[in-house]
Amino acid sequence: MLKVHRDTRNPDPSSPLAIRGLSVSYGEKPALFSVDLTIAPQSMTAIIGPNGAGKSTLLKAVLGTVPRLAGQVSIFGRALASERHRIAYVPQRASVDWDFPADVRDVVLMGLYRQSGLLRRITRADEAVAEDALARVGMQDFRNRQIGQLSGGQQQRVFLARALAQNADLYLLDEPFAGVDAATETAIIAVLKKLKDAGKTVVAVHHDLSTVADYFDHVVMINTRLIAEGEIGTTFTPKNLQDTYGGRLMTAQIDRLREAGLH
Amino acid sequence: MSGAEFVPLSLTPILIGVFAAISCALPGNFLVLRKQALMGDAISHVVLPGIVVGFLITRSLDAWAMLLGAAAAALFSVVAIDVIRRISRIETGAIMGVVFTTLFALGVLLLEQSDASSVHLDVEHALMGNLESLIWLEARGWSSLLDPKALASLPPELPRLALSLVLILGLMLIFWRPLKISTFDEGYAESLGLPVRAISLGLVMVAALAAVTAFDAVGSIIVIAMFICPAAAARLMTDRLSAQIWWSVVFACLSAILGYILAGYGPMWIGFDHAVSAAGMIATISGLILGICAVFGPKRQARTG
Amino acid sequence: MSFALSYNVVLVMIGAGLLGIAAGVTGTFMFLRKRALLSDAVSHATLPGLCGGFIVMVALGGTGRALEGLLIGSTISAALGLWVVQFLKTRTRLTEDAAIGAVLSSFFGLGVVMLTLIQTMSAGQQAGLDHLLLGSTAAMLREDAQIIAAGGALVLCIALILHRPMMLTAFDENFAQSLGLNLRLIDGAAMALILAVTVIGLKIVGLILIVALLIIPSVTARMISNRAHHITPLAGVIGGVSGMVGAGISSLAPDLPTGAIIVLVSSGFFLFALFFAPARGVLASAARARKFQRRVHRRQGLLALAQGYHVHEPYTRKLLQHDGYLRADGVLTERGEDAAKAALRDETRLAYLRRNPVYSEFLSRHDGLSDLSRSFTRDELHHIDRAMETKA
Repeated sequence: MLKVHRDTRNPDPSSPLAIRGLSVSYGEKPALFSVDLTIAPQSMTAIIGPNGAGKSTLLKAVLGTVPRLAGQVSIFGRALASERHRIAYVPQRASVDWDFPADVRDVVLMGLYRQSGLLRRITRADEAVAEDALARVGMQDFRNRQIGQLSGGQQQRVFLARALAQNADLYLLDEPFAGVDAATETAIIAVLKKLKDAGKTVVAVHHDLSTVADYFDHVVMINTRLIAEGEIGTTFTPKNLQDTYGGRLMTAQIDRLREAGLH
Repeated sequence: MSGAEFVPLSLTPILIGVFAAISCALPGNFLVLRKQALMGDAISHVVLPGIVVGFLITRSLDAWAMLLGAAAAALFSVVAIDVIRRISRIETGAIMGVVFTTLFALGVLLLEQSDASSVHLDVEHALMGNLESLIWLEARGWSSLLDPKALASLPPELPRLALSLVLILGLMLIFWRPLKISTFDEGYAESLGLPVRAISLGLVMVAALAAVTAFDAVGSIIVIAMFICPAAAARLMTDRLSAQIWWSVVFACLSAILGYILAGYGPMWIGFDHAVSAAGMIATISGLILGICAVFGPKRQARTG
Repeated sequence: MSFALSYNVVLVMIGAGLLGIAAGVTGTFMFLRKRALLSDAVSHATLPGLCGGFIVMVALGGTGRALEGLLIGSTISAALGLWVVQFLKTRTRLTEDAAIGAVLSSFFGLGVVMLTLIQTMSAGQQAGLDHLLLGSTAAMLREDAQIIAAGGALVLCIALILHRPMMLTAFDENFAQSLGLNLRLIDGAAMALILAVTVIGLKIVGLILIVALLIIPSVTARMISNRAHHITPLAGVIGGVSGMVGAGISSLAPDLPTGAIIVLVSSGFFLFALFFAPARGVLASAARARKFQRRVHRRQGLLALAQGYHVHEPYTRKLLQHDGYLRADGVLTERGEDAAKAALRDETRLAYLRRNPVYSEFLSRHDGLSDLSRSFTRDELHHIDRAMETKA
């Protein structure tokens, strides 16, 4: 089965994120080519693919951070500009300078920028939202800690808390488990599952194939082109993995994944 | 020292120095955090061609014409650096070097070719300013501060700098949050819908405003030094952004006051009978303060995990 | 008199040319090492040393003009400035740009303080030390011109001798180290060359603009060429021609500042390269970006049509119509049918190649967009098609 370009006329308006014919390039080689996908509401979707497959680029193109060569993105059936407030983005932890002069509370309060705007004072209600977000990721005892002094896992939790403070409907996470300790990984996935139970949609770029089936219910497999998308059970198959990773995924690795309960 | 001597001869230059130093140090904090410290260097170089062109177009030494010219040159250079960097995919530092030296050379050429140099526009002035000459001759003592007639003869640089300082302060306060968010995490700021490129350009324009109003009085050496040294020193004192800004303001004031006094009286203490360049001394002191902070500052080392 | 003058002009032109070549070659090393603006710090940091050297020489009873004295003084202060940059960068949280800016401005400030001190000294008034900032060839003596020409030649020779290890280091410092090169020695030598360029260039270009001669030729060369061993000679030529032509032009009229003219000539080269360079120039890259976007849209549209979907993006439709692939009513023409089929066949082949590890080398040859026949030989395509058939 070949999925190259499947231009349905109207993206389903109930979908939190629908992409049609998205192409992006950084130079003379496409980073993404003609990608279509429709994220199911209230789902937890992993975006997987080999290094350089365009996973992070996909999120950035959705957010309008990188220019699109072609294609459309709709958020809850509408244009990005009108629905931006319903998106919370968690960038890669390595994308910022953690030596920046700020403490944990400062970073989480950034998530309230849409409400507080330029000049409104930080109210007690804002503080409560930030406090709650920190408590949900188990970081309430670190609120006055300089961010540079946190461990990698703690930094990732702070980034997640900042997104939680936004109280969005669609969460886009770029490698939330990269370089974090096991405890943090468990804590983060618990928070994400609660979000899903509360009716939110979670889309995360993910690296660790062995945990995809445990953590997520949907998967998007890309390698510049979309290879497959859908529910884990029907989509996260050895054949699709082979199509996505090709030579870069060892057969042994696939066997191990199969043993881990794949069909 | 009595008010009768201090107020006319030292008060205005010191105030002008302090205002100029703070105006530059404020945006300097964000330039340093964004690793764009040398943008300050570039801006202060292109002020020269800007004022010369301003003079050549309006044929007047009116301060506003020259300020406009300098601001236009700063804007042009910033946009040119950005555009060339995007097109050529060459490292920003090198592109900055190309653009600001080219514009500075153009300024020197225009200056020599036109009659501008005959009317007290010259490179030395642009570099070193004339802080020492900005005295308040009508003042008779502290009481003159309340005397409207005496106040009317204040050096015009003083109200101009005060105005630009207020403007810069206001802009920094209003745009504090977007500045902070986009400086820390540009990708996240964009996801919130913040216009990060406009913010970045706006910051550089505020820096240009500071450079342009300050250089006329104090010269571009101070401008470069004040963009970088106080903010860099403050960075080594604290881990909080608001505290860092306060420290940088303190360091800027300290450099301006100490520098002016040392330049005026220091040489006499060691037996020379002429004062030395106040602008140079202020820059030197700011460097010394940074040196002290680099050795003793409580937060001199990064502690990223 | 006029003969003597033109002899001087020729000497200055030769000196400026040699200086320009030396600056271009040395600057390329700094540029490729991504430290272009460090040379700005070095040249500014020479000022206190120059003034200090002058003061000491006058105190010892000289005129303060001796080049050796100025060279020693400026070496000391530039070395100190470099050490401070290094200290701030490695021992504090400050980044290199802040360290460079801080050193550049505070050392220059100190230099200006000393300069004003010198101007109050009786010997300082005739020394014309303020010409150091922007250079001045108007009052240049013949021995000055000779020293500049000889110095420029010397620096150039040293730069050429050190060229190979410097390039190796700039390209890959780990590899250079594995060959047994001493990085500190090479970086130190590069700094010494920059220092020498600065001091020799003082009379012609001046301290503020000398950095232009170090940066502009190498950036211009980089715009023109992608290959390291072309960049250095190119930068040398651009620097040399700028120096000679600039010095020549400025001798034509009394009010033409030599340093600024030399810099502007090199800027002229840069502007030309910026617009017309084949790889990175404005015109070429704009044309390429547009062409690339067309290719993406065309391919994307053909693939959609090949699978029976409609194409909604107006730009894609317009392109396909223009190419004669699509009729105004959105139906493929005969040519369009063929092209769409070919695109789909390529896409199927690509999917097959991706799936099979043995072809990963094949795949890396393809840009992911163009016709496979452009990246593979007919035999190879035939082989792929056969393999696909047997699999199926």
